[in-house]
Amino acid sequence: MFVFLVSGAICLGGALGVVLFRNTVHNALSLVATLFGVAVLFIAQEAYFLAAIQVIVYAGAIVILFLFVIMLLGVDRATALKRDPILGQRPLAVLTGAGLLGLGLTALLAGASRVTGERSSLAPLDPDVPDVDRLGRVLFTDYVFAFEITAVLLTIAVVGAVVLSRRAKKPIDLDEFPEGTAAEELERVRASQDVEQEAAPAAGGSGDGEDAR
Amino acid sequence: MLQLTESWYLVLAALIFTIGAVGLLIRRNPLVMFMCVELMLNAVNLSFVAFARSLDDVAGQAIVFFVLVLAAAEVVVGLAIIVAILRRREGADADDVSLMRG
Repeated sequence: MFVFLVSGAICLGGALGVVLFRNTVHNALSLVATLFGVAVLFIAQEAYFLAAIQVIVYAGAIVILFLFVIMLLGVDRATALKRDPILGQRPLAVLTGAGLLGLGLTALLAGASRVTGERSSLAPLDPDVPDVDRLGRVLFTDYVFAFEITAVLLTIAVVGAVVLSRRAKKPIDLDEFPEGTAAEELERVRASQDVEQEAAPAAGGSGDGEDAR
Repeated sequence: MLQLTESWYLVLAALIFTIGAVGLLIRRNPLVMFMCVELMLNAVNLSFVAFARSLDDVAGQAIVFFVLVLAAAEVVVGLAIIVAILRRREGADADDVSLMRG
């Protein structure tokens, strides 16, 4: 009970900090508080492996990534929280949140917390079997297809991130060169292209057309 | 003394989820909006673990594992998009992204 109250308070405080602090770095650090609180609650519920990867993946990787981007872009100055571009958006947002919370709590406390009531459809949480064994057995038997798909997903995400964040190649701006140099540079490039084309006679026909342009 | 049941965890998860959702609606900074999405994902993870405990089923924990992987992939791609946008426009926020309309 004590553990739950303390870490629950840390979670809620961190969550409020994420929303309310003005400095983006402070937002990221409050996010760490919430993630640690959730990790402690995982331990309280005997999900030890999940608590470990929660700390490693979230606090160790994701928040660090956030901080890297904040520092890289230099957006760590305080943002104007007062600006309200859409009229009445903020009260509406709070109202929506209250409605969402009300709905969720009603569904919870009206006794609908057990969706089907079925217990242990996959594997019981046997206290004799270690946590990692249990999870690993399920991941590599029943969920092995989903597991492989997450591998593909991660690969795609890495490739996508590299492609998206790559600096686009700048086209050559002729005005940047001093007078005369641009023309010489162009000549030099054309000459080297001609040499290449002579070396490869098969490409000669199409190369002539480009020169004429 | 009150008995600590899984309902407490679910109520806490609902609170965190609501804070994240309201933050997502209020804030304009795309980075902070991403953090609010992380909050919501964490709330869902917490309730999954609570259900796994109360229904005595390891499937809830396995799904939390997948949600963690998904969150990592989502953050990587999202932050790359944010970097690509902010590199062009200094101090852009979520409203400015509407300029991407064709």
